[in-house]
Amino acid sequence: MSTEQNEHHLKESEIEDPQSDERLRLLAKDPKQMEILIGILFVVATIFFVVMMVVYVKGSQTQLEGGLMAAGFGCLGVGMVAWGKYLMPKGPFVEERHQLASSKEEQDAFADVLLGRGKIAIARRSALGKLLSIALGVFGIFTLGPLLRSLGPNPDASLKKTAWKKGIRAVTINGRPITVNDIAVGGFMTVFPEGDEGSYSGQTLLIRAGSDNITTMSGRESWGPEGYLAYSKVCTHAGCPISLYQQETQQLLCPCHQSLFNVLTGAEPVFGPAPRPLPQLPLYIDSKGFLRAQGGFSYPIGPGYWEIGS
Amino acid sequence: MEKLTTKDLLKNLKPNKDNKLSPQERAANAGRWIDERLGAAKGGRTFFNKIFPDHWSFMLGEIALYSFVVLLVTGVFLSLYFDPSSTMLTYHGSYKPLDGTQVSAAYNSTLAISFNVRFGLLVRQMHHWGADIFLGAIAVHMCRIFFTGAFRKPREINWIVGVTLLILGIVNGFLGYSLPDDLISGTGLRIMFSVLESIPVVGTHLAFWLFGGNYPGNGVIIPRMYMLHILVIPAIIAGLVGAHLFMLVRQKHTQFPGKGRTEHNVVGTPMWPGFMFKTQGFLFLTVAVLALLGGLAQINPIWQYGQYFPYKVSYAVQPDWYMGWLDGALRIMPSWEISAFGYMIPNQFFPSILFPGIAFNIFIIWPFLEARMTKDRDIHNLLDRPRDRPKRTAVGTGALAFFFMLFFASSTDVLANYLSVSLNLVLWFFRIATYVVPIVVALVTYKICIELQLAGKNAGRRKRFNVVIRTEEGEYVAQKSPAREGDMDVLSEHGEIPLELNDRVSHVIRQSADSIGVESKKSKTTT
Ligand code: HEM
Ligand code: FES
Repeated sequence: MSTEQNEHHLKESEIEDPQSDERLRLLAKDPKQMEILIGILFVVATIFFVVMMVVYVKGSQTQLEGGLMAAGFGCLGVGMVAWGKYLMPKGPFVEERHQLASSKEEQDAFADVLLGRGKIAIARRSALGKLLSIALGVFGIFTLGPLLRSLGPNPDASLKKTAWKKGIRAVTINGRPITVNDIAVGGFMTVFPEGDEGSYSGQTLLIRAGSDNITTMSGRESWGPEGYLAYSKVCTHAGCPISLYQQETQQLLCPCHQSLFNVLTGAEPVFGPAPRPLPQLPLYIDSKGFLRAQGGFSYPIGPGYWEIGS
Repeated sequence: MEKLTTKDLLKNLKPNKDNKLSPQERAANAGRWIDERLGAAKGGRTFFNKIFPDHWSFMLGEIALYSFVVLLVTGVFLSLYFDPSSTMLTYHGSYKPLDGTQVSAAYNSTLAISFNVRFGLLVRQMHHWGADIFLGAIAVHMCRIFFTGAFRKPREINWIVGVTLLILGIVNGFLGYSLPDDLISGTGLRIMFSVLESIPVVGTHLAFWLFGGNYPGNGVIIPRMYMLHILVIPAIIAGLVGAHLFMLVRQKHTQFPGKGRTEHNVVGTPMWPGFMFKTQGFLFLTVAVLALLGGLAQINPIWQYGQYFPYKVSYAVQPDWYMGWLDGALRIMPSWEISAFGYMIPNQFFPSILFPGIAFNIFIIWPFLEARMTKDRDIHNLLDRPRDRPKRTAVGTGALAFFFMLFFASSTDVLANYLSVSLNLVLWFFRIATYVVPIVVALVTYKICIELQLAGKNAGRRKRFNVVIRTEEGEYVAQKSPAREGDMDVLSEHGEIPLELNDRVSHVIRQSADSIGVESKKSKTTT
């Protein structure tokens, strides 16, 4: 076979006459000197490793350890490359390629084995094959269906509902209820529905955009008492918490991909990739001055998904 | 052949007084012992004889391989100390600024690895740098394969294995840096939930199942990612790397054309001993570079970011570089989404599912696409020089430019700050330039390839000089000197200059052998 030939070829060309074969000469002009150099590198590497070990045992120091380890392996690496390059037959050597594909006869013979022999064993029992496939298919459905399904719950109402309900007070992360005097005009803070502090879906930006009632769009006349506006903090683009309020422009900025939302027009997106306004939370101020929700958000919070509108 | 028993062998191997065998004879005996059990001699010889072409660009794949080795070793070290759990506890470790704050067990253990475990920070940083270099080496290696046409028949399967390795590497890198549960990894995870959720029909189901409920889930995501990160994906990667190398040995290396190199041979250094020594050296050097980076270049200082809480977010942090292009795509996507009949294909679906899906599929089918376009279905073992395949090279640089633009688009905010221009301007620049720049780059590449081809053909040949002639009317006209053997355009412009003129100017040329000869018709006729 051709593999045999090329091995022969290599063998002959390498070993036939070591004296006169130019390719068997070393690349190093002075091999002895090169050997000494490489030897020194290995000794130096050993020293680096010993020092590293001492540093480690004495209590560890990241920069030193990294530097020593790098130096040690650097010496070893350079030494090995030099050894492989300068103290080995310099070549170049040639290897013949053999054809990858088998000969026509071999392909046919294989087909014979596969199909010819296989036919007797399998072909006349196609019913068995089908039954086997059905059995394995059912097992496959089990793994891709119920088994996968048990990983977690199916999508549920949590996609559309948050803990905000009629009458729920807005509180800080520590549960302190917010009163009408807590935020000065131009200020803002993150609030949660009372009892659900720190949650992802309940996080809400409470902004005091002015001192009079603010209507962000028709139908929302009563949502912004005394200049207080509340929007879901979850960006409608990819779900990052929105964290910047620029009072001069009355805009909210999402730090992830820089979407901008206009506070005064119902947090409509005005810039960047965010496709939908931030859902607004209707507020009212109770007799004691606490801020409370009139109900849930105006729309499901966060980024879009297939069944968002259904 | 006399029988060699195991006892003989052991006696052989250890040097003792009665043992008169030379080291070579002892090694030969050990070899015989193995061969009698595995028949390894024949295959072993072929293997040791395998030739590796000597060209630096063949080293890129080795760097990827050795970074993977480093990832495995450092990863095992980390897993001895890391606690993949999102149970909250109060931090009382040695990083004082966080003392008394609420942190998860995962975050806590990563802080412990960084501050308390000896060697811990070094290994952790080597692991993170290893991931960046691993993927970088794969990407550059892939460029080498692409631009030299090494993916052509018979190596298409290996190209596909390579692309799969790239994808798995990116996925595992993302899983890895999501493990420590710091503010950046949490932000990345939230975006990942949004991305999953955006898949039509099944998206919310997938996201809920994986996270154990609506975001942030019920605490299963970190253990699940951990299992994928340290077992499933590394095992698949290791298996595919094995297949990759097996095919490489089976098909033998490609090589650049050159003296003595043909489609039917490979010229270079044999596996044993030259290549094995050198490549071992490269392994050491990769370890050295990663140790240097891990020791001296801080990466992912999670104690500065803090524990992740779903209502907190980090500013101006870029994801690891191999995720940057996806982040850029998310940023420059216009604010569109499609909704109809109460269902929606949301905005984030297009840049983060559809686009990478298309991109990776094009990568995978490229060898077949190209074969169809060029109608070239032959076996190729000699590599192309990029300039000789101007169209492919142009497609490649265009695609690279596209990914680079997306990558830079992932820092719109940083750029706007740095250049003190409005974010608006930067965003619109990228929304347009991301498509325009690649086209320009492709066209320029094409032109350069053609020029290089010409320059290559003309290498070592004279440029034909110009002769300025004054006509009888007193007009000066520049003419090419007559064509001579060895002029660079002699083939293409052969016979362009009228013979009659040649005769008239020829003696001037003989007089002044430098680049410009001036001759007036009038004076000539008078002489
Ligand atoms: C393709 C291979 C791999 C890639 C690209 C990769 C990447 C990463 C990255 C980027 C991190 C974050 C490190 C950080 O905290 O800054 C990480 C963490 C981690 N990796 Fe890997 N890794 C790989 C393989 C492995 C393997 C094979 C293991 C274990 C056998 C492992 C174990 C770990 C552990 C325990 C952590 C968490 C500890 C920590 O965050 O410091 N990794 N990985
Ligand atoms: S998540 Fe807010 S802009 Fe992308």
